[in-house]
Amino acid sequence: MTNLSDVFTNHKALIPFVIADDPDFDGTVANVVALANAGADIVELGIPFSDPVADGPVIQAGDLRAFKQAVTPAKIFDIVAEIRKQTQVPLVFLTYINIPFKYGYEAFCKKCQELGVSGLVVPDLPYESRDEIVPIAEKYDVDIIPLITPTSADRIPKIAKAATGFIYMVSSLGVTGTRESFANDLSEVIQSIRANTDVPVAVGFGIHTPDQAREMAQLADGAIVGSAMVKLVEEYGREAPEKLADYAKTLRNAIDSPVEVR
Amino acid sequence: MDQLKTETTKKGHYGEFGGQYIPETLMNELTKIEKTYDELKDDADFRNELHTLLRDYANRPSLLYYAKNMTEDLGGAQIYLKREDLNHTGAHKINNVLGQALLAKHMGKTRFIAETGAGQHGVATATVAALMGMECEIFMGKKDTERQKLNVYRMELLGAKVHAVTTGSMVLKDAVNATLQEWAGRVDDTFYVMGSAVGPYPFPKLVHDFQSVISKETKKQLQAQKQTLPDMVVACVGGGSNAIGSFADFIDDPSVKLVGVEAAGKGVDTDQTAATIERGSTGIFHGMKSLFLQDKDGQIDQVYSISAGLDYPGVGPEHASLAAKGRAQYVGITDDEAVDAFEYIAQQEGIVAAIESCHAVAYVRKIAPTMSKDKIIVCTLSGRGDKDVASIAKYRGVEIDD
Repeated sequence: MTNLSDVFTNHKALIPFVIADDPDFDGTVANVVALANAGADIVELGIPFSDPVADGPVIQAGDLRAFKQAVTPAKIFDIVAEIRKQTQVPLVFLTYINIPFKYGYEAFCKKCQELGVSGLVVPDLPYESRDEIVPIAEKYDVDIIPLITPTSADRIPKIAKAATGFIYMVSSLGVTGTRESFANDLSEVIQSIRANTDVPVAVGFGIHTPDQAREMAQLADGAIVGSAMVKLVEEYGREAPEKLADYAKTLRNAIDSPVEVR
Repeated sequence: MDQLKTETTKKGHYGEFGGQYIPETLMNELTKIEKTYDELKDDADFRNELHTLLRDYANRPSLLYYAKNMTEDLGGAQIYLKREDLNHTGAHKINNVLGQALLAKHMGKTRFIAETGAGQHGVATATVAALMGMECEIFMGKKDTERQKLNVYRMELLGAKVHAVTTGSMVLKDAVNATLQEWAGRVDDTFYVMGSAVGPYPFPKLVHDFQSVISKETKKQLQAQKQTLPDMVVACVGGGSNAIGSFADFIDDPSVKLVGVEAAGKGVDTDQTAATIERGSTGIFHGMKSLFLQDKDGQIDQVYSISAGLDYPGVGPEHASLAAKGRAQYVGITDDEAVDAFEYIAQQEGIVAAIESCHAVAYVRKIAPTMSKDKIIVCTLSGRGDKDVASIAKYRGVEIDD
């Protein structure tokens, strides 16, 4: 168990996502540092996988840019080491299970601990398969962040009860990417989670406007913003850090301001 | 004997392989499929309904044909061909599609989605969708839509919408990704008709069970004709659906040698290959732990075979387990050998077999002469080769205006 949960204490969390080695090594370091300085509570760093089945076109394109930079887990650990010289912002990795599996769960989690990476979000690791990595991750103080979706229904109690760090609540069906609306029954999902755990809940998938971020952060404990961040990196490349910081500040303000009464 | 039995040590696992590694969005659906299948699989009405469709619609049982000319020409073991190419739609794929479609119907689904490589599974799915009045969308790598144009048109003719997948290497693997993504976006009314013995549990089990009709028939037919078991069963392996169906009823008969033939492409030792079991390593992808062609970091390789149906970087978890236990043996056949076999079986037996199946035929050509004349080989012809005629002509430098 890490201190990831503490980030959410008396405070709505902003969790931006960028892809490691997109646009390149130094660019990633600059992106993460800029986001941290702009008020991100946790930064989620994507480790590209050749076949990212949970990701939409924007993140897939970002993964391809990273592959052009010859990204590897080893290089990503070097990137994180460089990030750690400049910021102690909590970090989590998002990756697909084959990456830590091939690296070796033990070696991978150990490396995370050394670099202060507090958690792993693994979209293709459902509750039923958690056991193969959780005991190892616990040993190295790495949280395996579970995902709960609008289709989880009667699975919510067991997933929520086993959760540590935070819960990644998926806002809607389908893959990552910006959306105009979310599933209708999110508040019911949240209630069901709350009934089973005190672990904080951050909502992700599709959030891109400040209003959406505020709404989701109010509904839950935090908002995860991915594709919209990656899109900025796609558009601005090495100039992205400034744009990411501006965008993160806008989201930060929206999340911190009181809910509008309509 | 016990260690030869199909292992189900942990639910959904085959030895160290199998399991469920898929986004949470789809987990409840997988559980529903599993539960519904458990309720239905021994239900007399369900079995009758499936049996009737297999017999009256799909043309089962398929023939077990003694290939006299090949046997005499090769001068060794007696060769029997299990003629899945004679099924309605021209391949073994229909066996599994009918089973999964009935299951879907019982679950109240109204829409099928499926991946396809060579197009045979897509055609079978589109066919059964037409029969049952279901909506149908097929995902096929763009490269495969080009090398299997005829099947694309067949699917459209049957009322299906065909999506050409342009991500990744634009072949079967990418079609599976796209179908999984589609399913994660719309799961309520939609059933993913999985074409091969791959994916998260219970798909490998469904495909095993619905394709096992191949080996059950083979066993009976050979018993009737020769009063014996075969000495060897040979089938081609991409994901492994016709092979697991051909092996299933013989797995617990240790005297029957089981051989899966993989596509070696330009050679098992080249990087243009799809020989997963010979060259792959353990990984987790497409919902299962199994063997995959991948790099040292776990990135899945872009694989190669002349055959769009075998052009897949993984293999079903039960095959990975059978290989690990030594119960089945897996060998590679190159493009050249498969094309030679395509011509050989056409000229010897007057059968134009699918290029996928011709990988198995090529292995039979090698192994039969080394076996004595009292031995029996059953080789599964998983599909017919009409779809391949144009591309084989091209391979041989003959341009056909298609």
